[in-house]
Amino acid sequence: MKETNIKDVNYFHKVVDCQYACPAHTPVPEYIRMIHAGRYDDAYMINWESNVFPGVLGRTCDRPCEPACRRGRVESEPVAICRLKRVAADNKNNIKDRLPAIPKEKNGKKIALIGGGPASLTVARDLMPLGYTVELYDDQYKAGGFMRSQIPSFRLPETVLDEEVNYILDMGVTTHLKEKVTSLKSIMDKDYDAIFIGTGAPRARDLPKLEGRQEADTNVHLGIDWLANVAFDHTESIGKKVLVLGGGNTAMDCCRTARRIGGKDVKIVVRSPKADMKASSWEIEDAEHEGIPMLENHTPKAFVCENGKLVGMLFELVKAEYAENGRRTLVPTGEPDVLLECDDVLMALGQMNAFPWIERDLGIEFNDWDMPEVDKSTFQTSIKKLFVGGDAAWGPENVITAVAHGHQAAISIHKYCNSQDTSDRPAPGTTLISQKMGFHDWLYNAPVSDDLRFVVDHVDTDLALSDRKIEVEKGFTIEQALRETQRCLNCDVQTVFEKDLCIECDACEDICPTDCITFIDNAEEDLLRKNLKMPATNLDQDLMVSAELKTKRVMVKDENVCLHCGLCAERCPTGAWDMRKFLLNEAKAGKV
Amino acid sequence: MSYIKSNFRHPQAKVNELGLTKKDYEGSLSTLCAGCGHDSITAAIVQAFFEMNIEPHKVVKTSGIGCSSKTPTYYLSKAHGFNTVHGRMPSVTTGANMANRNMQYIGVSGDGDTASIGMGQFAHVVRRNLNMIYIVMNNGCYGLTKGQDSATADIGSAGKKGVPNQFSAIDLCQLSLQLGAGYVARSFSGDKNQLVPLIQGAIEHKGFAFIDVISPCVTFNNTPTSTKGYEYVRDHLDATGTIDFVPHRQELKILHPEGTSKEVTLHDGSKLLLKKNSHDYDLSSKREAMNVIETVAEEKKILTGLIYLNEDDHDTHVRINSVDESLNALPQDQVCPGSIVMDDLNESFR
Repeated sequence: MKETNIKDVNYFHKVVDCQYACPAHTPVPEYIRMIHAGRYDDAYMINWESNVFPGVLGRTCDRPCEPACRRGRVESEPVAICRLKRVAADNKNNIKDRLPAIPKEKNGKKIALIGGGPASLTVARDLMPLGYTVELYDDQYKAGGFMRSQIPSFRLPETVLDEEVNYILDMGVTTHLKEKVTSLKSIMDKDYDAIFIGTGAPRARDLPKLEGRQEADTNVHLGIDWLANVAFDHTESIGKKVLVLGGGNTAMDCCRTARRIGGKDVKIVVRSPKADMKASSWEIEDAEHEGIPMLENHTPKAFVCENGKLVGMLFELVKAEYAENGRRTLVPTGEPDVLLECDDVLMALGQMNAFPWIERDLGIEFNDWDMPEVDKSTFQTSIKKLFVGGDAAWGPENVITAVAHGHQAAISIHKYCNSQDTSDRPAPGTTLISQKMGFHDWLYNAPVSDDLRFVVDHVDTDLALSDRKIEVEKGFTIEQALRETQRCLNCDVQTVFEKDLCIECDACEDICPTDCITFIDNAEEDLLRKNLKMPATNLDQDLMVSAELKTKRVMVKDENVCLHCGLCAERCPTGAWDMRKFLLNEAKAGKV
Repeated sequence: MSYIKSNFRHPQAKVNELGLTKKDYEGSLSTLCAGCGHDSITAAIVQAFFEMNIEPHKVVKTSGIGCSSKTPTYYLSKAHGFNTVHGRMPSVTTGANMANRNMQYIGVSGDGDTASIGMGQFAHVVRRNLNMIYIVMNNGCYGLTKGQDSATADIGSAGKKGVPNQFSAIDLCQLSLQLGAGYVARSFSGDKNQLVPLIQGAIEHKGFAFIDVISPCVTFNNTPTSTKGYEYVRDHLDATGTIDFVPHRQELKILHPEGTSKEVTLHDGSKLLLKKNSHDYDLSSKREAMNVIETVAEEKKILTGLIYLNEDDHDTHVRINSVDESLNALPQDQVCPGSIVMDDLNESFR
């Protein structure tokens, strides 16, 4: 193998698994260390710069970082990154003086944001400090988008959301609330220099052709619309017996909300095996904890009505069969159909995009799925001043992805407004700094804690079910949080190898607890992976290969389960190994 | 301000036939200087015992005084151990071995502990062919007292102080050969591929197994002018042949083309496969072994690998006709048969 080029920022970025997996590339280990140091404001601001909604995300993020976390490969559970983020948000002081200054003198450019969700708000956050005039349109009476309408208050208290939305609106964003945009042309005809569409994926899937659907309509609700109605106090109750169709996170929110506003016998019913449900494991657990059974392999067959009123649903029993290519088919078992009694049905079967308000003759290219064609890196459409991000761009994702889109769109808008090439993307800012303080002394806590993942305490279930606005999770105590931070392996503190200093004493190879390091004759990658002290079987993780050493061997380090404990550097007599902190901050709109 | 070895190991870490992982063969974290050759030897001992499926509590580890003699703390923490007086490891090991012959004995010592203060004890434990592994961690200097030349430092070799050594070096392999060791080897701490099979062969050998391991002292004797620094040793290695150890239960997997390797069968049926090289000589011939050591030394090179092997000599227990059982397993009336037996014995000498 060729010598690894550690100057390529992607190499070390990939080693920081959590940050690499995060769509917004939040420097996770950096803020976790801040939390341990009790520097909650600093931890919060690192998050705020990167993901804009730390308090919201610390409760509701889809956490792509956690399955990626190296700790999960070393022992069983990843670091509770998401809940540590909440610790920073909950324990911070007033950070308003740290928010960017907004120029009194505007730069004369005017931007319209359609939709008041996380993508649009992120664009506003990035453009307001640059002197833009930003106008935001939303059909609800408060900004926040799906963060407000879809995420129930028992998971995300309104105060937390309001605080973080207002940090942005208070920068001086002009809001046009309760103003549904029904024509893009009408916006384009105004004097905006650029327009950003962040309208989400607002249309719920229905079962329009299922027998009895029309007759049962009064008691059949579309999950996301129903959740919005509850959030905005339009719906205050539901029948005693409720069936929730679907196995995603919206289904979990629907059933738990139903339990709080009158539902006594609430069931989740899914077509597939339970193991195939799309909801996050922790959301399934929380729903089960509230006494919600989940019936698997039930395919809806008919809504059953009596005297024009819904009384139940009929389901066909199926089983999953998997073809050789892994493709699943649901085959009827032949058992008699099952009738489940119910007063109401909530359908949480997925979401789609819908752009009925965009005139098709404006010159915007639409693709085969009737979605506007959006450039993957610039978020620009075929009309140069029109940008799309968040769920509106390519379908439903999550808050953190919408934020990442918002940052990128803001860069494009800023470049576009300054007549620059939007396809020329700015590089992230990186630093690589030695953490050596002295003998056995590093700038980070190198020892690895043996603690297993801490579990966040919940409020008493009876109390939680009595009021939909009581937050279920209490958040980590400071004690729990401090110990949880020590589970972080500090993967951003990189093992940097200086080949010319190495005397090949093998001390690093001998001491490494997880046998990551091997001095070996060079070979092609496949062979090298097999021949290492511990075979490097995780192909997602890179090998760091040195240039040839004096003995003609090379140093090969498998990044897979490196604990970043620094023992290689501790035991190195010549300082050939050093622990250096790699900090990567994504570029943001600003430098042009 | 401290450093701790994590309890986590590679999640796919191998398990040996006893269901143990390598971690079960480790000891505390070394407090020797970073880069010390002794730590590599420690790692080789850990690997050898792990791969040989030896229960750690069936091992007795002994040592004298010195940097080398600290190492038993760093391996086989579940084994029995005795850090003895300086240079007195052989007699303590002899005593232990006499009391219980059914344990695996491994003594480690340094060039000072063996070739200076312990020379007398060393000579006699070799003579008696005590069933033990004797490893000398040989760095050519007194590392624990700031790097003075030891008795194994080569003439002209200069450590950190920069003053060349004026006295003849003791070659411990030659000495062991002359004194009657049945298994004589030399290796280098930086060559585990060679050292691990040599230790494994020594474990299987019945009788005195001696391994002189050149182990650079990074702090005091890793200078360009030293003959025991990493670079010098690597540049001057001359192996008797690469070695593979094949446990008796395992089939021969490593096949060398016919005529290029030699098979040596050990007592329990294990084999040592030696790949032939320019020093193709009869390993069981003391004279030829002596000759090769001298020839290579004249070329200013360091002979490593298995130098001599004699499986036929009897160990101490056989020679003195002692009981098979360990003393702690013998019934009281046999350990101490009483005054009548004593009287009879005395009577027989009159």
